[in-house]
Amino acid sequence: MRLAWREAFLAFKRAPVLSVLSVTTIAFSLFAFGLFGLVALNIRTQLSQLEERVEIRAFVVDGTNAEATSAALGDIAAFPEVLTVKLVSPAEALVRARKELGEFSDVFEAGILPASIDVRLKEGHRDPMTVKTVADRIKNYEFVDDVRYGEEWVQKLYRIRTIATLAGAVLGLTFAGVAIIIIGSTIRMAVLARAREIAIMRVVGATDGFIRAPFLIEGVLKGTLGGLLALLLTWLANSLMGKLVFTAQFFDAKYAVLGVIAGALIGLIGSAFSVGRHLRDV
Amino acid sequence: MIRFTHVFKEFPRTGVALQDVSFHVAKGEFVFLTGPSGAGKSTILKLVFLEERPTTGEVKVSGVSSVTIRGRDVPKLRRKMGVVFQDFRLLEDRTVEANIAFALEVTGATPAAIGPKVSRLLGQVGLASKATALPRELSGGEQQRVAIARALANDPVLLIADEPTGNLDDRATRGVFQLLREINASGTAVIMATHDLELIRRAECRTIEMNHGAIVFDSAEQTGPSNGTEQL
Repeated sequence: MRLAWREAFLAFKRAPVLSVLSVTTIAFSLFAFGLFGLVALNIRTQLSQLEERVEIRAFVVDGTNAEATSAALGDIAAFPEVLTVKLVSPAEALVRARKELGEFSDVFEAGILPASIDVRLKEGHRDPMTVKTVADRIKNYEFVDDVRYGEEWVQKLYRIRTIATLAGAVLGLTFAGVAIIIIGSTIRMAVLARAREIAIMRVVGATDGFIRAPFLIEGVLKGTLGGLLALLLTWLANSLMGKLVFTAQFFDAKYAVLGVIAGALIGLIGSAFSVGRHLRDV
Repeated sequence: MIRFTHVFKEFPRTGVALQDVSFHVAKGEFVFLTGPSGAGKSTILKLVFLEERPTTGEVKVSGVSSVTIRGRDVPKLRRKMGVVFQDFRLLEDRTVEANIAFALEVTGATPAAIGPKVSRLLGQVGLASKATALPRELSGGEQQRVAIARALANDPVLLIADEPTGNLDDRATRGVFQLLREINASGTAVIMATHDLELIRRAECRTIEMNHGAIVFDSAEQTGPSNGTEQL
């Protein structure tokens, strides 16, 4: 194993330009991925904040007796999807509407707004389907005149999130594929450059695993270095954006480590794939 | 030590390389393999070394059959053999001692064992004073001695030499051949492919002559096993 590590490090010394080139290419691939990841992360954070605002509002028919509404409140609170349920009186509705409308607060007169039951859903139950199901259930109460939950808005929100996640996955896989191809090419060149050495290793009885080990280590080292460099570049880009445009959220330690591990894995996969193919030709 | 039984070898591009080759080499024997270029000498050596497998027939080396051996066991078998080539195949960017140590490191020798072993091997091939030289600083004969020292690193029971004197002048040829004889005298079987008929004549060892992929002459079949060595 000592020899394998030494050979892997020597590979950097023997072909420094190629090594720097491959590490930077991997870094830029992962950097692009990192930037997109950062955008996706911030979209997701914003979306989850917006999601918290998803609310079902059931308007109560005028003159409904308090007993009926309080019984309904108890029922609704027992729905497994429901986080909070609150009865908003016409007076409270007016205060809220005036507050929300600011300078146009005088458009509403007292008594114009009906009472409503405002329902917030638990996290994980704010998808359009669940929101609609709960809204339909609430609509069944006789004293409920109408139910509003921003159907279109909820659906749009989820569509954006789905697109962001899908785009992230597609771009991530594409960049990972590019990085694997790049690593594979550099390992191919390394295998060909060391063809003589490999032939001698075989002659003296080295096992295939032993011959492969330095190339796999080289791939992992390049991937790890690329991952670290990409992390640094992403952090710099994030800081720069923070100074010039707006402060965005950066990956936490767990994601940063995962990013570097992903780099190492890409390096390992690329080198394993390439070394397996090209050792046969040597 | 080596047993070929009705071995045929055909390459997809170049066609038939060996046809119905059968012979055996005993433990500790010294055998010349001769014949014109393309006669099949190198193919025989590659089959012994399991770099190639027979198309049909069987090659047995040290009791291991080419028919049944698993790919992962080939390296283990190779450690029982040493191989020397016409073009030396040394690592040009490493010193003489590093070239020999490389063979030991590859087979998992401990660092403590490598140093003394390399010194002993360099002494054996007469290059103790050249340990730190690079291959390009040595003569052809000296480079071949380094290659022989490397081939001996794992104490092989068989030394395969493919035209080891092909690139050497007469003096160096004699020196390298003398070294191979000494190695053989210590019990290692040697199978050496060569074009050098003068060398074969002087040596008076068993000679197998090949032509068009077939054995056309085997001195052992004319006079019996050479040197009274034990047959397997």
